[in-house]
Amino acid sequence: MTNTTAPDRPGRQKRDTTLGHIAYVLRENPVTLVAFAMLGFFLGSAIFGPSLVPFDPLATNAARALEPPSWDHWFGTDNLGRDVFSRVVVATRLDLTISVAAVALSFVTGSILGSVAGYWGGWIDAVLNRFLDTIMAFPLFVLAMGVVAALGNTIENIIYATAIINVPFYARVVRAEVNIRRNAGFAQAAKLAGNSDLRILAVHIFPNALPPMMVQVSLNLGWAILNAAGLSFIGLGVRPPTPEWGIMVAEGANFIVSGEWWLALFPGLWLMLAVFTFNLMGDGLRDIVDPRKRS
Amino acid sequence: MLEVKDLSVAFRTRKGEVEAVRGVSFDVKRGETLGIVGESGSGKSVTSYALMRILDAGGEIRSGNVTYGGIDLRAASERNMRDVRGREMSMIFQNPRAALNPIRKVGHQIEDVLIQHARATHQDAREKAIRAMEDVRINDAAARYDAYPFELSGGMCQRIVIAIALACDPRLLIADEPTTGLDITTQKAVMDLVRDLTRDRGMAMVLITHDLGLASQYCDRIVVMKDGEIVEEGDPQRLFSQPKHAYTRRLVDATPRIGASIRDLLPPEERTPQPSHIIHDRPLLEVIDLAKSYPGKSGPVQAVKGISFAILAGQSVGLVGESGSGKSTTSEMIARLQDPTSGAIRFEGQHIALTPAARFTTHHARRDIQMVFQDATDSLNPRDTAGSAIAEPLKRIEKLKGAQLCARVEELADLTGLPRPLLSRFPHQLSGGQKARVGIARAIALEPKLLILDEPTAALDVSIQALVLNLLVDLRAKLGMTYLFVSHDLNVVRLLCDEVLVMKDGEIVDRGPAAKIMSNPDHPYTRSLISAAPQPPTAPEPEKRAVN
Repeated sequence: MTNTTAPDRPGRQKRDTTLGHIAYVLRENPVTLVAFAMLGFFLGSAIFGPSLVPFDPLATNAARALEPPSWDHWFGTDNLGRDVFSRVVVATRLDLTISVAAVALSFVTGSILGSVAGYWGGWIDAVLNRFLDTIMAFPLFVLAMGVVAALGNTIENIIYATAIINVPFYARVVRAEVNIRRNAGFAQAAKLAGNSDLRILAVHIFPNALPPMMVQVSLNLGWAILNAAGLSFIGLGVRPPTPEWGIMVAEGANFIVSGEWWLALFPGLWLMLAVFTFNLMGDGLRDIVDPRKRS
Repeated sequence: MLEVKDLSVAFRTRKGEVEAVRGVSFDVKRGETLGIVGESGSGKSVTSYALMRILDAGGEIRSGNVTYGGIDLRAASERNMRDVRGREMSMIFQNPRAALNPIRKVGHQIEDVLIQHARATHQDAREKAIRAMEDVRINDAAARYDAYPFELSGGMCQRIVIAIALACDPRLLIADEPTTGLDITTQKAVMDLVRDLTRDRGMAMVLITHDLGLASQYCDRIVVMKDGEIVEEGDPQRLFSQPKHAYTRRLVDATPRIGASIRDLLPPEERTPQPSHIIHDRPLLEVIDLAKSYPGKSGPVQAVKGISFAILAGQSVGLVGESGSGKSTTSEMIARLQDPTSGAIRFEGQHIALTPAARFTTHHARRDIQMVFQDATDSLNPRDTAGSAIAEPLKRIEKLKGAQLCARVEELADLTGLPRPLLSRFPHQLSGGQKARVGIARAIALEPKLLILDEPTAALDVSIQALVLNLLVDLRAKLGMTYLFVSHDLNVVRLLCDEVLVMKDGEIVDRGPAAKIMSNPDHPYTRSLISAAPQPPTAPEPEKRAVN
């Protein structure tokens, strides 16, 4: 228990414990620490990568095409002589943007739909559930392909497509979590304290759904990267020569048979590490947003 | 028959090892009923789990001996323990619904045990199961055989659990809070049944309970536990008349009983004179022909069937009834959390039921009608600190901000006896009594005229209940509030209330001044409620009389 922390001002106290709590979660669980360190690395590459890489990711150099990894070119060069390392690092920004934007979009949409359905129930709930069932009845990747193919081959559309196929998962989690708390004592008490229904839902009930949502978010971030890369791999979405992990794996795959393994391996490895990072983060994120873990 | 010597049980947790039971020794003789009494966290349940060797993961018997009829239970193999459980010793648990498998017919669940212990074959299992159900006084047992647990009432489920526990004629029955969560009349029926059955079969019983009154009524001998240790042992009469240990004395004092006033529940050194409250001669609340029905499978279900009553300003009225009587629905309608189907609610002469519950938030009477909820844990948002929970009504309705808000929250904490440092804690870091105080502080933050108390002490230990009830008495005198106290326990209602309304099946069957209802009830239902309440042996000491 926190007997030793004498509170002086509630505001300061709260910030202290939040930071302290994050530090505690990271200390307690080395896996979470590793995941957050890797996340830091990826965020760093996304923000500073383009200005730090040794070569221009788009500059071709026919004289040095298809060179294996060396001190000059850590990850080797591709068939046009472009530096694979620079391309892998620069691609981080695009891939993270797509996955974070898609997940944020589906998180917000799913939360709103799920909260409304879970809180008011009735016909809204029934209609929404059948609608979500319909989305889930499609093979999701095929649905995403269809959306991108129909709307056009742009990055925004990849984001929309990835968001649409993820919405049902968020909406269902939120709906269940809100529904069981709809008549909880604290929701009733909030009503007595003069809160409107909307405010009770947004301020009192919804935040309680965050811990399971965080697990969903982290799994989804990894999954969204895979999805975006998958779309690029089959030729939908990001187009060459833009550096993107999915395209790089797709293009590199042609050279594996002839022994140029580095073209596909390194972007694939980065993709795997990114997905891995997000999946490992889940438990840590949940513990951070759950006040019950603070003791 | 059962001998426990120096038993210690420890649990491994995140914060290191916790000793739940420390050097406990007791024995149970053939045919005897032993009560283990203690408040939550005293280690009484852990002790019983250790006897049956069904401790949770992380729990371990550290030292001591448990012998049953000459067998060393600590050394016995898991295989032998399986034979001992059920055949020699068996157990009934706190929540009968949780103890039964929800998707199997209750008859089959009894058969399972019979067949498992070779008491029946597949051919005669059904017949024996029905006989076992008849033994626990289930009417029409052959029809109930095919029922699922959710189709039966709580009391009926507990009877099935008892039938399962007794199916193989064990010689020792361990009952862990067998009646917690049951209505008071059901509690009496179940306890009488268990007593008769154990007596007829010459069985011994260990009754684990937090209720000293209940234990004293059904046990031959009582051990009192606190913090994993036995502090006192003796026969009920003696424990009540001459408790030796200070803790036993506190428990005895805190148990509501005939002739004791609300201040008598506190330890003697804390008994300040009881403040009186002023009752005005004008009605604050009038309930006229209030009715509520819900749509049900076979037509509408009438939860409240047209009740009328009035509460004078400053008066405390108790609304007593068992589960399903409609008392909670009534209180929620008055608190304007639910809309009545018909009827009127007049608050200070105004018809407040005309504003639908969904829009009552902005009604000017919102601040004057507040409520303290039954389950303090459930009524606090797990993500909000105690301080922000209390601040909520002040921020939303009173529009207080900053330093003013802080000052008022601290003032309310002082008023309800909640230490200020606890304001920054989250609900899971508070004890049951502290959470109850937070709930009360939040409800009185706006100084409401009418405070509805929905079983505010039902989930609390008796010693905490005593403190909370006394706090309510003090607050009433200080703030001049009117109380509507909803409870199933007449013994508690009597302590706090001037008038009592008794509800049954959605109707008010009995009403009158609290003293008259208790001493001279008109209605047979009220009489059965009063007689069902466990009465601890009364042996008031002379000094107590003097205080009264």
